[in-house]
Amino acid sequence: MRDAILEVRGLRRRFGGVVALDGLDLRVRRGTVTALIGPNGAGKSTAFQCVSGVLRPDAGRVLFDGQDITAARPDRITRAGLVRSFQIARGIPRLTVLENLLLYGQRQPGEAIPAAILRTPAMRRREEELRERAKAVAARLNLSRVLDNQAAALSGGQKKLLEIGRALMAEPRLLLLDEPVAGVNPTLAAEIARHIAHLRDEGVTVLVVEHHMDFVASLCDPVIVMAEGRVLAEGAFAEVAEDARVQEAYMGRRRIHA
Amino acid sequence: MEAYLAAMLVFAGIYALMALGLNVIWGLTGMVNLGLVGFFAVGAYASALLTKYWLWPMPLGWAAAGLAAALAGAVMAVIVARLRGDYLAIVTLGFAEVVRLVAANEVWLTNGTDGISGIPGPWRGAVSPQEFNLIFLGLVWTAVLVAFVLLARLSHAPFGRVLRAVREDEEVAAVAGKPVLWFKVRAFCLGAAVLGVAGALYAHYNAYIAPEGFAPLLTIYIVLALTAGGVGAMRGAVLGALLLLLLLEGTRFVAQEIPGVTPVQKAALREAIIAVSLILLLRFRPQGLIPERTRTRATP
Repeated sequence: MRDAILEVRGLRRRFGGVVALDGLDLRVRRGTVTALIGPNGAGKSTAFQCVSGVLRPDAGRVLFDGQDITAARPDRITRAGLVRSFQIARGIPRLTVLENLLLYGQRQPGEAIPAAILRTPAMRRREEELRERAKAVAARLNLSRVLDNQAAALSGGQKKLLEIGRALMAEPRLLLLDEPVAGVNPTLAAEIARHIAHLRDEGVTVLVVEHHMDFVASLCDPVIVMAEGRVLAEGAFAEVAEDARVQEAYMGRRRIHA
Repeated sequence: MEAYLAAMLVFAGIYALMALGLNVIWGLTGMVNLGLVGFFAVGAYASALLTKYWLWPMPLGWAAAGLAAALAGAVMAVIVARLRGDYLAIVTLGFAEVVRLVAANEVWLTNGTDGISGIPGPWRGAVSPQEFNLIFLGLVWTAVLVAFVLLARLSHAPFGRVLRAVREDEEVAAVAGKPVLWFKVRAFCLGAAVLGVAGALYAHYNAYIAPEGFAPLLTIYIVLALTAGGVGAMRGAVLGALLLLLLLEGTRFVAQEIPGVTPVQKAALREAIIAVSLILLLRFRPQGLIPERTRTRATP
């Protein structure tokens, strides 16, 4: 077994009387595209929020590449190399696509006031690097033609692509994608799957929450199934699809359709 | 008439500085600030006290005014870190009132509601009042120019990009790897510093300050100026301040020309003209005279 880049131990989180995470334990192996699936209310989104630092867990630990990032601030987690996307595409509407991409660039000295006023060479050099990177990311995601458009003016599919593109700008080692193909047409969904496969081949580990089973079956291995705030099963898609407990969790005693 | 014009342009410059300061806090970073007159007052009192009683040279007093207001801004930014919208408006409005009430009641320091008079002005007394007006006019608009250039640079640098992102969606800015609170604190400090310097200039021009000069109405004027000029654009802030002054003063003359109305009705008409102009402007140009535009382009 290859080593784990992400390890979640005994994660708990409740909202009032509702237990969203009930001692979640999971591991994401380096170099995989791992899926996190489960019926609505299983706690997938809460797990995502806790891992990415947007939500504080009540108990448990999150280890990223051996580093304890439990309840760390989201900006620190991103800088450590764990970057998430948002389920509902949340491009900054009044910034252009290019600016949205540049925003996710790290280590920009021009984010300090003196350097920004003086327009230091270090700032301009970094800005140039980030622009090159942004253009490359846009080119691979077919966003080159809309770089100067405001994010608000993008189509739904383009917004989904921008969501992935922004995360890539932060040079992630682990990418958390929250429903990257929800509401996307089948052609674009296949294209997004190809992009994700390429990222994996380039050494980025990806954890995907997705309800679209074709997408999960074709792309993700292993598949982790959550129900009621904890892990129910884990394995290749075919294995977990055959698992009686998984079938029951999804729809009472019936087979889930791939 | 010339003295009147010079004085009005000095006030236009002070309003422009205030609008620029507000534009960093509210326009770029999205933090509603209805307490801007409080920072203005902190700067005015700091410089007045230091130069009059401690005999500091005026430039040092102005710098201290900026610093004192920035410090108040930093404290404010940390306190309101988790507030947005209406709540932020209430807290900042409260801050300005607290500053005004402290100034009115801490008589040992501020001379209470009697105010501080005899605040020195550059070469005041050594030159004619008209020359003093012109000197101050140059001084204020130099300050506007410096603030404008520095803030415009900042707003088009990566720093400004992050502020805009914080304004639109804090959570996304955080996930983009940006320490949101740190950006908010710096934006608040910067804007408050500009407001503080504006307050100092006001104090030294007027030679007299008192708590009643720092009423919430001034805040409302500046918010209107920025809204009319264009929220987020530094040029809009300056233009909005000029427009505000033109409306405030111009209506004085217009109202006088209307025949057959009593003086009381004239005063009311004047306010009505100001209100209707602003309503019309915002109805037909909701983004303000100069809409916010960013300069980052993929193809130069």
